[in-house]
Amino acid sequence: MTRKGNKSMGAMGGLAALAGAAGLLLSGLLIANQAAAKSKYEVDGRKSGYHYSNPETNEMQDDDFLNPGMLWVQRGIALWSKVDGAAGKSCASCHGDDARKTMRGVFTVYPKLNKKTGKLENIEQRINRCRVENMKAKPWKWESGELLSMTTFIGFLSRGLPMNVKVDGEVKPFFEKGKAEYFKRRGQLDMACKHCHIDNPGKRIRADLLSEGRAGQAFPLYRLKWQKIGSLHRRFRGCNKQVRAKPYKPGAEEYVNLELYVKWRSRGLPVEVPAVRR
Amino acid sequence: MSDKVKIEVIDRRHFLIMTGAGVTAATMLAGLAGTAEAKADLAAEYMSKVLAGAKPAEGKVKLTMPEIAENGATVPTKVSVDSPMTDKDYCQEVHIISTKNPVAHICTFHFTPKSGKAEASIRVRMATTQDVIALARMSDGKWYMTKTTVKVTIGGCGG
Amino acid sequence: MAKARVKVPGKAKAGEVILIKTLIRHKMESGNRKDKKTGQKIPRHIIDKFTAKYNGEVFFSSDWEGGVSANPYCSFNCKVDKSGAFEFIWHDEKGEEFKAEAKIEVS
Repeated sequence: MTRKGNKSMGAMGGLAALAGAAGLLLSGLLIANQAAAKSKYEVDGRKSGYHYSNPETNEMQDDDFLNPGMLWVQRGIALWSKVDGAAGKSCASCHGDDARKTMRGVFTVYPKLNKKTGKLENIEQRINRCRVENMKAKPWKWESGELLSMTTFIGFLSRGLPMNVKVDGEVKPFFEKGKAEYFKRRGQLDMACKHCHIDNPGKRIRADLLSEGRAGQAFPLYRLKWQKIGSLHRRFRGCNKQVRAKPYKPGAEEYVNLELYVKWRSRGLPVEVPAVRR
Repeated sequence: MSDKVKIEVIDRRHFLIMTGAGVTAATMLAGLAGTAEAKADLAAEYMSKVLAGAKPAEGKVKLTMPEIAENGATVPTKVSVDSPMTDKDYCQEVHIISTKNPVAHICTFHFTPKSGKAEASIRVRMATTQDVIALARMSDGKWYMTKTTVKVTIGGCGG
Repeated sequence: MAKARVKVPGKAKAGEVILIKTLIRHKMESGNRKDKKTGQKIPRHIIDKFTAKYNGEVFFSSDWEGGVSANPYCSFNCKVDKSGAFEFIWHDEKGEEFKAEAKIEVS
């Protein structure tokens, strides 16, 4: 049976076809595919959270027509060519209509140093800088549908490519600060990221299975609990609250540094955006 | 001195007391679908309304849900009914009914012979661990039912 | 708005039963949740009816309550006999309708 999908509403040419291309799974092959996917999501002993999820959740991620995160990718495709701001530009005005060519790989190297400001900058901040400087448009709010959709779309365009953030040279001080955040005890429970995700992965906190926290290649992801796509910084905030610590604001320097460390922990792992997790 | 926290030495009860995480998670889950009291009556009420005196038989209908749902907010659910799906003999509808949600009726699938198969998948909300019932009506007016148990876990990380 | 996603095979043989997958972005606010700040119940706002048509004829439909998850996924089948068009309609209880279409070539 031909599985070449035809889609509507999302039928925006080549990009939508890309979104459809991975929906080729026949249900009978799902288990075999999940086994294959599992080995794909492990590099040099570093395991993606995919390994710590139920088969049903993995199945939801693997099929682009089961994966609700693809709704955000689709919205990102629509936003890509939408003109906004005083400059009368869309993303496509500078980066071209075929984002698959111009943006592939971009996600894997962020956060990156912004040479002008001397600050570390993540994808969300880079998108908003483009909006403000080049489009003369308002920046999108953190966790807004627009920013999540565009970030998810940019992540999706690097799907399958290994995470590859730079952590040496000028970036090293940021990396060291991010690492310190990861090992810093915080909150009433006096716990650091590492207590769950380095010392105890594979063990349970109540019914939850602790993962290795290799989140860099997976976020933004569709979380069943959230019933929507959410950013890595939203997850950081959730973790911080759970150890009864005061979280930083999304986009805070501390979180961008931590993001660099977390993305380094995901080095080599293929981008899964939009992943699906509990 | 070791800086390690050994999760294994913290048993469930202690972790609960220590953090109140159980309470928080339970509250959050309840928030998804309302208070999770025994709602079996609501299910019985809904079924008697739909069945209007008919008695469902066992068999023919299969309900597939994960034994343990990773999160109650999004539980994959599949129903399939053994039916030839011809103009004369087909499955007309399948009702999915919760026994512990604040609203018993979750959804109903309406099939026609053109559906080809009496099969559908959807994702549903489960307020708590419970039985879920599938009730199928055939074109000859006969009813069939089945049920399955879904455990809804309360995670340490907020369910 | 690109709210819905539909997967229909582009080609099929006459008499074949095809699998159709649909997704739509919608909160499916159940009416049972409370606003954390005000303590007030958030009013129910759901898609209450999904309808699938093949060459103008309804071949599958589904009634939904607040127990259906956010961003509803629904898959089902259709026995196809000739080339034509599918239409999918999600009816929001506030009266809004979201539509998607797809074509199939049947040989």
